[in-house]
Amino acid sequence: MPTVLGFEGSANKIGVGIVRDGAVLANPRRTYLTPPGTGFLPGDTARHHRACVLDLLHEALTEAGLDPKNIDCIAFTKGPGMGAPLVSVAVVARTVAQLWNKPLVAVNHCVGHIEMGRLITGAISPTVLYVSGGNTQVISYSEHRYRIFGETIDVAVGNCLDRFARVLKISNDPSPGYNIEQMAKRGQKLVELPYTVKGMDVSFSGILSYIEEAAHRMLAANECTPEDLCFSLQETVFAMLVEITERAMAHCGSQEVLIVGGVGCNMRLQEMMGTMCEERGAKLFATDERFCIDNGAMIAQAGWEMFQSGHKTALSDSGVTQRYRTDEVEVTWRN
Amino acid sequence: MKVPKRRRSFRKKPKHSEEEDQPLRASEKSRRIPRSGRGEAGKMAAVTETGREAAAAVAETAGLAGPQEQERKLERERERSSDFLRGLELVKQGAEARVYRGRFLGRAAVIKERFPKRYRHPTLDSRLSRRRTLQEARALLRCRRAGILAPVVFFVDYTSNCLYLEDIEESLTVRDYIQSIQMTETDPEKLSLLARKIGKVLAQMHDEDVIHGDLTTSNMLLKMPIEQLSLVLIDFGLSFISGLPEDKGVDLYVLEKAFLSTHPNTETLYQDLLKSYSSESKKSGPVLKKLDEVRLRGRKRSMVG
Ligand SMILES: Nc1ncnc2c1ncn2[C@@H]1O[C@H](COP(=O)(O)OP(=O)(O)O)[C@@H](O)[C@H]1O
Ligand SMILES: [Mg+2]
Repeated sequence: MPTVLGFEGSANKIGVGIVRDGAVLANPRRTYLTPPGTGFLPGDTARHHRACVLDLLHEALTEAGLDPKNIDCIAFTKGPGMGAPLVSVAVVARTVAQLWNKPLVAVNHCVGHIEMGRLITGAISPTVLYVSGGNTQVISYSEHRYRIFGETIDVAVGNCLDRFARVLKISNDPSPGYNIEQMAKRGQKLVELPYTVKGMDVSFSGILSYIEEAAHRMLAANECTPEDLCFSLQETVFAMLVEITERAMAHCGSQEVLIVGGVGCNMRLQEMMGTMCEERGAKLFATDERFCIDNGAMIAQAGWEMFQSGHKTALSDSGVTQRYRTDEVEVTWRN
Repeated sequence: MKVPKRRRSFRKKPKHSEEEDQPLRASEKSRRIPRSGRGEAGKMAAVTETGREAAAAVAETAGLAGPQEQERKLERERERSSDFLRGLELVKQGAEARVYRGRFLGRAAVIKERFPKRYRHPTLDSRLSRRRTLQEARALLRCRRAGILAPVVFFVDYTSNCLYLEDIEESLTVRDYIQSIQMTETDPEKLSLLARKIGKVLAQMHDEDVIHGDLTTSNMLLKMPIEQLSLVLIDFGLSFISGLPEDKGVDLYVLEKAFLSTHPNTETLYQDLLKSYSSESKKSGPVLKKLDEVRLRGRKRSMVG
């Protein structure tokens, strides 16, 4: 029964998690916050991660009540993500692995999300909607790969929400998406926004450029409130996401949906997906912000699966990569 | 599904029916084709296709009655339509619609119902369902006029967003066919012929400036006998008309991803498809160039978070 410690820091969150045979023993996390109207830059984010990674490591071990000698393997995020933050965390993972003399496993971030979702929800072979700041994918497993059936043709849904929040100067604390969700609850009027679905793919760039162009004009003319815009944005982009998920389910003949990634903890998205599933007699699986949002345990969990099936990453192969597609990983731990 | 005789009147020529507002007799209720927008306000328009083929009738409600009265009427029509469909055999709940099997004017028909999706905002939902029903009917007519195999459109009901289509009887989706061949056969030539056929049909379609919008192997049917490779395109709800190489390139990109993820290890097969597309289409050069560009865009996209 191996115990795996995982490091995640591919975007503005940094987390260290410890997993042993399906049990999450610790999973502390910090988020790099920037003022409203701004996004996070790679250099600053890496600096933030460097400053807290050792504290988090200590915190995780203490919380789990473990010593380094109890750890069997070190997992870390190889990519995809932002270069500088990825490097800042990988350096620590490599160092710790050498200091403690433990094997290293390099994990694909997206696969981490999927494995964590499967662990927490018990979903067996779901169609996966992976929605985060940098990714929007509809995935289904077959023949040792997580195959991408649909994805965004341009920007990711989380990126779309974040940039919308910047236009409206909505706070980044705790996250732009969370604040949009709260404001949307008070919205009433549905503003017509571009709705672009191409097969199982979506496009959000049209919505963004429309909002960037029209939001201030509409608000100034009292045609709608910021809350109405949040409401309309959510209703539109989530409908697109539910639709492509349903398309993939119909195409693959699947009766389970799993939502993972930071945007996946949005309750409105979960509610809409749940309704769609009801109408097809399918089942929805989702997790809360502890596991949806980037965290260390998800890297530890995917690392655990990989380690169990015999993976080890040589130091010379432990470089990070900003682009690393979900379907590049050979999933040796599933049938 | 049996249609009362008098309904034949709109088979070729649209006509206002005198009995439109009369209540249905109970015995008729379940058998009658629901028609929307009946009554004085009801206006029928029909698109007549080649020769003896049936017409696609477009029912619209003009604004004579008060809005509330009209909404109630529409609601009654929708209920009637849905009662009627519930009595039929459900073939499939597809990607966005339910497909039922029945008969129309004595011919084998499927009814594709874009039922209201409760997960999305009603305004958005009715906008999308209506637009897609319209787009699907239009593209099907356009393809058929160009000699591309696609189901005949018998009738369109915009109140309940139902398409009454020719049933491609005893057909198989290309998806199921490829999967069954992959499981049983090792001869790659069989599938290669099919891939080339698909490429050819898509080339014809794109040369007509029809962008399908949802190309997957589930949305192509093969008629029996399979060996003849008569490929029927269906599911045109996301289609639109465009001559832009970009739109055609994205259409092929969508298919490429759906194809390769659905059918593992078929890269060479897809290349066969593209080769045939390229030799069959008069305008394939710029389209394939765009396809490369769109692929590259996908690979270059930032994946932070
Ligand atoms: N004209 C038809 N004849 C026979 N079967 C059909 C016909 N149209 C649809 N089907 C069947 O119904 C399924 C779903 O139809 P489709 O038009 O693709 O709807 P959706 O948009 O819901 O996917 C198809 O995969 C096919 O099996
Ligand atoms: Mg379909």
